[in-house]
Amino acid sequence: MTGNHIPDALANRLATATPPKLAARVRGLSDKAIAWLFITPTMILLLAINIFPLIWTIRLSFTDFRANRTNAVVKGIGLDNYTSILTDPDIWAAMQSTAHFVFWTITMQTLIGFTLAYLLDRKFRGHGFWTTIILIPMMLSPAVVGNFWRFLYQPQIGLFNYIISFFTGVDPSSFEMIGSVTLAPWSIIIVDTWMWTPYVMLICLAGLRSIPDYIYEAAEVDRASTWRQFWSITIPMALPFIMLAVLFRGIENFKMFDMVNLLTSGGPGSTTEVASITLKREAFEKWRTGFSSAFAIILFVTVFGLANIYVKALNQVKSR
Amino acid sequence: MRKLVASAIALAASAFVAVAPTASSAKTITLCWAAWDPANALVELSKDFTAKSGVDMKFEFVPWPNFADRMLNELNSKGKLCDLLIGDSQWIGGAAENGHYVKLNDFFGKEGIKMDDFMPATVLGYSEWPKGTPNYWALPAMGDALGWTYRKDWFAKPELRAEFKKQYNRELEVPKTLDELTDIAKFFQGRDVDGKKVYGAAIFTERGSEGITMGVSNFLYPNGFKYDDPKKPYAMEGFVNSAGAVKGLEAYKALYKCCTPPGYTDAYMGEGLDAFKSGQVALQMNWFAFFPGLYKDEKVGGDKIGFFVNPKGPAGSGSQLGGQGLSVVSYSPNQAEALAYIKWFANPEIQKKWWSLGGYSAHKAVLNDPGFAKTAPFAADFLVAMGQVVDFWAEPSYAQLLLAEQKRIHDYVVADKGTAKEALDGIIKDWTKVFKDDGKL
Repeated sequence: MTGNHIPDALANRLATATPPKLAARVRGLSDKAIAWLFITPTMILLLAINIFPLIWTIRLSFTDFRANRTNAVVKGIGLDNYTSILTDPDIWAAMQSTAHFVFWTITMQTLIGFTLAYLLDRKFRGHGFWTTIILIPMMLSPAVVGNFWRFLYQPQIGLFNYIISFFTGVDPSSFEMIGSVTLAPWSIIIVDTWMWTPYVMLICLAGLRSIPDYIYEAAEVDRASTWRQFWSITIPMALPFIMLAVLFRGIENFKMFDMVNLLTSGGPGSTTEVASITLKREAFEKWRTGFSSAFAIILFVTVFGLANIYVKALNQVKSR
Repeated sequence: MRKLVASAIALAASAFVAVAPTASSAKTITLCWAAWDPANALVELSKDFTAKSGVDMKFEFVPWPNFADRMLNELNSKGKLCDLLIGDSQWIGGAAENGHYVKLNDFFGKEGIKMDDFMPATVLGYSEWPKGTPNYWALPAMGDALGWTYRKDWFAKPELRAEFKKQYNRELEVPKTLDELTDIAKFFQGRDVDGKKVYGAAIFTERGSEGITMGVSNFLYPNGFKYDDPKKPYAMEGFVNSAGAVKGLEAYKALYKCCTPPGYTDAYMGEGLDAFKSGQVALQMNWFAFFPGLYKDEKVGGDKIGFFVNPKGPAGSGSQLGGQGLSVVSYSPNQAEALAYIKWFANPEIQKKWWSLGGYSAHKAVLNDPGFAKTAPFAADFLVAMGQVVDFWAEPSYAQLLLAEQKRIHDYVVADKGTAKEALDGIIKDWTKVFKDDGKL
C-alpha cells in the first residue's frame, strides 16, 4: 500500500522547488502529521461555526436566557422549555402546517418533476432548449420569487387570478389566494412547486440517463411492453435518484422560511405559520432565546432523525 | 516638466493642508430612524445643526417593516451604529431597563430643558419609564397619532350626497361616530365613482409586525377597551375583554369584511397610502405623519382630500398613539455630540422649523401657538387626536405582548377563527403568561 506516499520523482521535484529550510522541516514530518496540518484549519473552522454554536444552543435551551436582556441573571430551568414547546398548541399547529407544506410540495414536485424528466429524456428536437427554459425558476432568488408571486396573486391586478378567471369564468377579484384561509397554504405550495420542480426534474433526468440502453434492448427482445419496461426497469433504476431528490427537498422545505415570509408572513391568522416562522418570531421578535434554542434543537433532531431513517431506506433501495 | 511636477506637488500639498484639519476635527454622528416622509424633513432640518456645531450628520433610515427588527438587534448587540435613535414609543421600557438608552434627567436639568414644555401625552408616551414617573430616556421628537383621510371631492358630489341622504337620512359629512364611519364605507363599497369601481376604506390588517393591532385599537378604545384595571395594574379581566371591547372588535371585523378593497388581508400604512393615492378608497386610516405628503399629492391632495380624527364610540374618544422620542444610545462613543444635538433640537425655534418642514413637533411653543390650527388643514385635528391618544404596553416584554395580540386579532378578523370574545380572552391568557414570566403577576 503506497497510496499515501508521494512518488519519489514528484517528491524530489517538490523538494527542489521548496525553500531548503522549509523542505527540511516538511521532510521531517510524518504523513500523519502532514495530514493533520492540512485538516486542522478546516477542523477549527467547523468547530467554530458548526459544533460550538450547536453546543451553545443546547446549553441555552435549558435556560431562560433572553438575548435582549443581557443584564438579567440567566437561570437554569431544566426541561421547562422543552415541556412548554411540546405542550403548546400553537407549536403543534405550526408543525402541522409544516407537515402539510412538506408533504404536498414533495408529492407535487416529485410527480411533475419525474414526468418532465421522462419527457425530456425522449430526446426530441429542441429538448436542450426546453430543459434550459424549465430550469429558469430554480435559478431565481426566493426573495424575488416571493415578491413577484405576491403581485401575481393580487386579486385586482394579479395575472394568476385572471388566468383562473379566463378558464373558469369566475370574477378574478372574487377570490384571494394569499388572503383566504383555505387557499393560502396552497398558494405557497404552488409557488414552491413552480420554483423547485426543475430541481427534482434535473435529478430524475440524471437517474433516467444513467439507465443503460442495453437493458431496454434486452427487454424489447423479450417483448416486454412499454408499460412493463417503465414499471420493471425505469422506476426501480431511477428510484434511488427520486428518493435523493425527495430527501433534498424534504430537508429544504422543512426549514422553509423566506418564501412563506414574503408571501403570507404566516397569515391569514396563523394559517401558514410554518415552524421556521414560529422559530424566527420566538427568537428574534419575542427574544425568548432559551425557548427558541430548545425549539431549534427539537426541529434539528426531528429533521436529523427522519433524514437518517430515510437514508437507511435509500441505501436499502440502492443495494437491491 | 520640472515646473509642472513642482506645481502638481504644490497643488497636492495645498489640498492636503486644506482637507487635513477638517478631516481630523469634524466629528460625525449617526441618527437612526425609520425611512418615511418625516425622516427627509429631519435631514433638511439637521443641516442647521451641522452649520452651527460643525458636527456632521449621517442618517440610517430603515423601512418600517424592518425597523424594529433592525434597530432592536442593533441595541441588543450593543452596536455602535447609532449615536442617536428615534425609537418607537413601545421600546422605551426595554431600552431603559436593559441600559440601551442614556438617562437624560441630569442633562435636561443642566441644560434647562423642561418636560413641561412638551405635550403631556408625548412625554408619557415617548420619554418616561416607568410610566408616570419623572425618569426621562428620550426627548419627544415626533408627535403622531392615528387619523383618517377622506375623499373630499367625492363627498361633495351632489348625486352621491343625495343618494346617501336618501339611504341613511343624514348628510354625507365627516363621520362623528364609528358607526357613521362604517355607514360611509358601506356606501362607497363597490360604487362607481368617475367611471371607476371604488371601495369603502383602507384599514390596517397587517399580520407580521404591528399593523392590525395599531388599527383595531381605534375601534377598541372608543368602545371601552382598557389594557388593565386603572386601580390594579396588570389586572386585565373585564377590561381587555369587556362587553364594549368585544363590540369594538366585532365592529372592526365588520368594517374589514364589508368595506375594504379585495386582497386587503395584510395591509399597513404603505398599502393604505397606495390604495388612497390610486383613488381606490373613500376613507383611509393612517398616521398623521403621512398627512403633509398626502396633502401635497398631485392626484388626491389639495382640495380633494380631507382629514378627521378617529370618531367617537359608545365609550367616548380614543386614538392610537404613534410617534417617537429621540434618545442617545448608551453604546455610542459620541455621546457629547449626540446630547448637543438633543439640546439643539429642543430649542423652540428649531421645533417651529421642524413643524414647518413636515415633522410633528410635540413642543408647546409650537402646538399652543394661537395660529397653529391654521398652519395646515390637519393641524387642528392633530391637536384633538393628541389629546385623546392611548398607547400600547411599553413594557420590556412589549414585543411578546404585541405579537400575541397580532395573532389573536388577525386570527379572528381575517382568518375567521373563533369569536371576538374568544380572541380577547386569548389575549388575556397570553399577556398573563408574559407578565407572570416577568414576575409582574
